[in-house]
Amino acid sequence: MSSTTKSKARVSGIGLSTRGLAHHIRRNSLQIGIVAVALLIWTFFFIGAPKTFSRYEIYGAFMSTTPFFALMALPLTLLIIAAEIDLSFTSVMSFGMMVFSIVLERSENVYLAFTACLVAGLLAGLLNGAIVVRFGIPSLVVTLGTQFFWRGVVLVVTAGNGAGLTSTKATILYGALVGRLGNRIPAQMIWTIIIAILVWFFLNRTRLGAHVYLCGDNVESARLMGVNVARVKMLVFAIVGMAAAFAGVVVSMEVLYYWPTLGEGYLLNTLASVFLGGTSVFGGTGTIFGTFVAAFIIGSINAGIVAVGLSGFWTQLIYGLIIVIAVTLQTVLSRRFS
Amino acid sequence: MDDLLRLTNISKSFGEVRSLQQVNFHVGRNEIVGLLGDNGAGKSTLIKIITGYHQPDPGGEIYFKGQKIDRMTVTRARKLGIESVYQERALADQQSLWRNIFMGRELTNAFGVLDVRRMTQETEKLMTQLMGFTSTAVTPDSRVKHMSGGERQGVAITRALYFHAELLILDEPTMGLSLSETKKALDFVGEIKRAGKAGIFIDHNIFHVYPVADRIVVLDRGRIAGEFSKEQITLEELIAKLHHVAETGRLDEPQAA
Repeated sequence: MSSTTKSKARVSGIGLSTRGLAHHIRRNSLQIGIVAVALLIWTFFFIGAPKTFSRYEIYGAFMSTTPFFALMALPLTLLIIAAEIDLSFTSVMSFGMMVFSIVLERSENVYLAFTACLVAGLLAGLLNGAIVVRFGIPSLVVTLGTQFFWRGVVLVVTAGNGAGLTSTKATILYGALVGRLGNRIPAQMIWTIIIAILVWFFLNRTRLGAHVYLCGDNVESARLMGVNVARVKMLVFAIVGMAAAFAGVVVSMEVLYYWPTLGEGYLLNTLASVFLGGTSVFGGTGTIFGTFVAAFIIGSINAGIVAVGLSGFWTQLIYGLIIVIAVTLQTVLSRRFS
Repeated sequence: MDDLLRLTNISKSFGEVRSLQQVNFHVGRNEIVGLLGDNGAGKSTLIKIITGYHQPDPGGEIYFKGQKIDRMTVTRARKLGIESVYQERALADQQSLWRNIFMGRELTNAFGVLDVRRMTQETEKLMTQLMGFTSTAVTPDSRVKHMSGGERQGVAITRALYFHAELLILDEPTMGLSLSETKKALDFVGEIKRAGKAGIFIDHNIFHVYPVADRIVVLDRGRIAGEFSKEQITLEELIAKLHHVAETGRLDEPQAA
């Protein structure tokens, strides 16, 4: 091979590897953006409070509390990719737990109560889906309504009274849901990982999951190509409802008490996790990995801010900054490598 | 009669609006039918009935290869081999090329799990064999939104061919395309006939339809206003008749199907 040819081959090789790199960055720009933000924040916290952030305890705390909303943010990602939204999950958490506490009180069977709770969440999700699909009403409006409705049902039935769950502490379910693996890792963290894997698999390795993307991207083309849009949306609403009920059990069992106000305060953290994770508000794009990482960013900010010596008043300001910077970074990366 | 598709007495109303009225329409085997008509003439409604997206009003009948189809659905139409090639509407912009090719008909393995690898490989083959993509910038993972009008058309056409369509419906395939891309799209319509398939070519532009169609059907205000085989009429005569139809809603001497 002549030197000119060799040189051309080298240039072409460099061109190819650059193209390959650009291709990978473009393909994974959402994930790269969110991981970069997570690393930046962690570095900031680590420099600000090295003693706290070099010890296991702070990470144990994150793993204990972040799953409370990550468990809902992961399936909610599916719904937002499908260009729908659910604002009622915070009330469905409480509705599911209300069913749990009633069944537990009457049957004294924690497993029956747990099953009834999941079924209640599933039905509440299906109701949302049915109204959206059958009547074509925007899910934002429908689920705003059902958010009030289910909270109202809970308050009317319980008269605002909570219920103790100490009787569940000796059960296998308690250990399985909120116990500590090896006395260190909270079980809810394991569940968050399991749910993340299951939701990822559903979205990326099943036909229904592929249809979730299509419904969110171009619903007319999905219909034209034979996708059963109504069935896909109903299914995803049902999954979100059941996940909310599941999260409700996890949160309540952690504190061994069911408060009828359960779920209030989780709405913004959960939605922020989905959007910070790179899921488009218009549907059609988004990743489970992004939501997973973003949930832990959101979950770490409060404790991190206090640890570095700032007052808790800074929390929302930092939340806002991070969301705006992260979303901008993802957009710029995506355009740069398009 | 050796028809591939025959529709009889097809009407379709949306509330008070009557989009189609007593339409009789057929496509022969290995025939290209040009469907012409102004906006609101009922072209899209007719196509959506053929593809199972809309159901006709009671009384209308659909036959495919001589067999009566009691209820045409999108899935049924695709199983019969009726494929639509919409330029814009049938592609999901933010999704990859392979997801668009296999949209609604994703390949799975024996366990029902998406076979992403096989779909990517098949797409790569189709890109070189059918779509004529030579640029290394476009890969099976490339998003459709980054492609040109011609490339998008190629994706939609390739999808139809890959799934062995018997009747291809091209809904305004030249809309928004450059001159060279338009030629490519028109060449493809000729390919349908050479491949022994049948096609319905819908367009506003008579200069695009006339050269490639065997027969031309003119729709106006929900009715068949005229039907001509190419031997019967020259392009100039057809243009004159279309002007007349646009003005009066009828031909002076309606011709039988």
